[in-house]
Amino acid sequence: MTHPTHASDVLLDAQQVERRYRAGETMVHALRGVSVQIARGDFTAIVGASGSGKSTLLHLLGAVDAPDAGRVLFEGREISRLNDAEATALRLRRVGLVFQRFYLMPTLTALENVMLPMAEAGMAKAARRARAMQLLDYVGLAARQEHRPSQLSGGEQQRVAVARALANDPALLLADEPTGELDAATGAALIGLLQRLNADGLTCVLVTHDAALAQSARRVVRMADGRIVADDVLTPNGHSA
Amino acid sequence: MRGTLAWAALRRHPLRTLLAVFGLAIAAALLIDMVMLATGMRASFRSLLTSRGYQLRITPKGTLPFDTEATVGGAAALVASVRAHPDVERVSPSLGTTLQVARGEYSGSAFTLGTEDSVQGEYSVLSGRGPSADSVLQEAVANAALLARAAAQIGDTISLSTERSAQLRQAGRRARVVIVGEARFLYVPPGLPALATSLPALQTFLGDAGRDRISLAMARVPVDGRDADAQLTRIEGVRQWIEQTHSRVTSISTETAIVQVEERLAYFRQLAFILGALSLVIGVLLVTTLVSLSVNERLGELAVMRAIGVSQGGVLLQVMLEGLMLGVAGLTLGLGLGLVTARWLNTILRDFPGLPADLDFFVWSGEAAWKALGLLLVASTVAGAIPAWRASRVRVAQALREEAVA
Repeated sequence: MTHPTHASDVLLDAQQVERRYRAGETMVHALRGVSVQIARGDFTAIVGASGSGKSTLLHLLGAVDAPDAGRVLFEGREISRLNDAEATALRLRRVGLVFQRFYLMPTLTALENVMLPMAEAGMAKAARRARAMQLLDYVGLAARQEHRPSQLSGGEQQRVAVARALANDPALLLADEPTGELDAATGAALIGLLQRLNADGLTCVLVTHDAALAQSARRVVRMADGRIVADDVLTPNGHSA
Repeated sequence: MRGTLAWAALRRHPLRTLLAVFGLAIAAALLIDMVMLATGMRASFRSLLTSRGYQLRITPKGTLPFDTEATVGGAAALVASVRAHPDVERVSPSLGTTLQVARGEYSGSAFTLGTEDSVQGEYSVLSGRGPSADSVLQEAVANAALLARAAAQIGDTISLSTERSAQLRQAGRRARVVIVGEARFLYVPPGLPALATSLPALQTFLGDAGRDRISLAMARVPVDGRDADAQLTRIEGVRQWIEQTHSRVTSISTETAIVQVEERLAYFRQLAFILGALSLVIGVLLVTTLVSLSVNERLGELAVMRAIGVSQGGVLLQVMLEGLMLGVAGLTLGLGLGLVTARWLNTILRDFPGLPADLDFFVWSGEAAWKALGLLLVASTVAGAIPAWRASRVRVAQALREEAVA
């Protein structure tokens, strides 16, 4: 296992977080006293079977949800007790989210989808257009900027989603099963994009049920039944350190 | 960007949006028509009564103008007395009766007025000229209904006669009259044959029944720049003087007549109010339903918007914009539809028997109409607020979990 050596290295710090929610008649204990730190510049994969709590943990790390117990610190600031407006503002400016099902706005073009968070952040129209074009170029879709999601392949849509997640230059990128709806080759290409982003300095956390895919990260946190059961840093050849 | 998203949301289901817009348009049209009906008859009646500037009607005691066949004697003295009042600018006396008209194979009755052409306020000459002020019945103007039935035109001669009176053992009087003009009678239903001649001529023609008698006199108090209240006080002063000085007559001001008509039209106004309120409710329900449907279909998408950083207020505003856009489109279409419908309905109602030609039921009142439409627009926007509120309160994590399961 590896831990950040200095407090300033820590971007995310989840401390004994618990999360329960009701699903129909059943109370689901999604997280049971989970603690994990994410270092700045890290590329961490959280892997586990369906229902292991990995997506729930991702939501807590990104201030999409709040724990029932424990706390989450983002850049040293507790985010687990933020009100809705504060949490929303944090997600808008500091966190980028990528989902399994892309979730692009179907009636907006690729460019407009990428501009959406920038508009919400109050960026001027000309500036957000320029940055959106830059981001689409970064993900290799400059020529598709005027296409609507229905006119894009799954891989292209997910790359637009990545560009959207980068809109406001976040400190953290959270990707929840981003290759779940993609074929193997396209998925690999997307992971390659995430690796490139990480190499450029972006802290990435990837959630996946695919253990093989998790090997593309530098650190793998394994979860089962709401707990962390393993936390390994991988060597360049993919083995645990 | 919010406007773009709101417009995009409405475009997703174009048929549904179009149907909602049409529904709103119908609600808006109904509202416009009810506002025009509620304000229209009053405005039209007022306009009718004041079209020639006469504010006072003088009739036989206890009657309304041409409500009965009653006449008042000593007409010349009465008219001269009223004309001599310092606050009276002019007086228009008239005598009304029914005469038999014959021309060729046509024979029928016609409402006949005797007036002083120079001051009369009963008709407008459309072509030709008014009758000369002779004391012999030899010229008349006729309305289109009479001309059509008698197959006559300007320059033709018609026969007029009174009915034979068996009780008085009097033979009917007859006269041959030249049509010198076509006229539009303001207070006579357009389908009723009518003609007008000089007052002295008709009074002479009717013999004892008409000599020195009138059915109505209209008086005008000059408008001299006083404020409205002072003007009304002046008119009321003349009215009271007439009734106090001439006990055989009743004097009614335009304002009194309007109040009496309003009392009789109260049911119309209530109906208009209820139907107008109903149209508001329909508009609200339409918008609420459509926006709710749209939100329910997009809960996952809205959750993602919230997840990527769109605020609750941003989602609320965007969804409310959808309601506003629907409202604007519906109202714009409804305004045109309402005006067309009002015109059509007005034409139908104007043909109702017994109503004056110039009485309208649906009259445009800008202030009232814009207020009503504004209210509908606000209502439709607020109607979108209910589903918008739900949309803004979507539980992001829960919605994302449910989407993942789905």
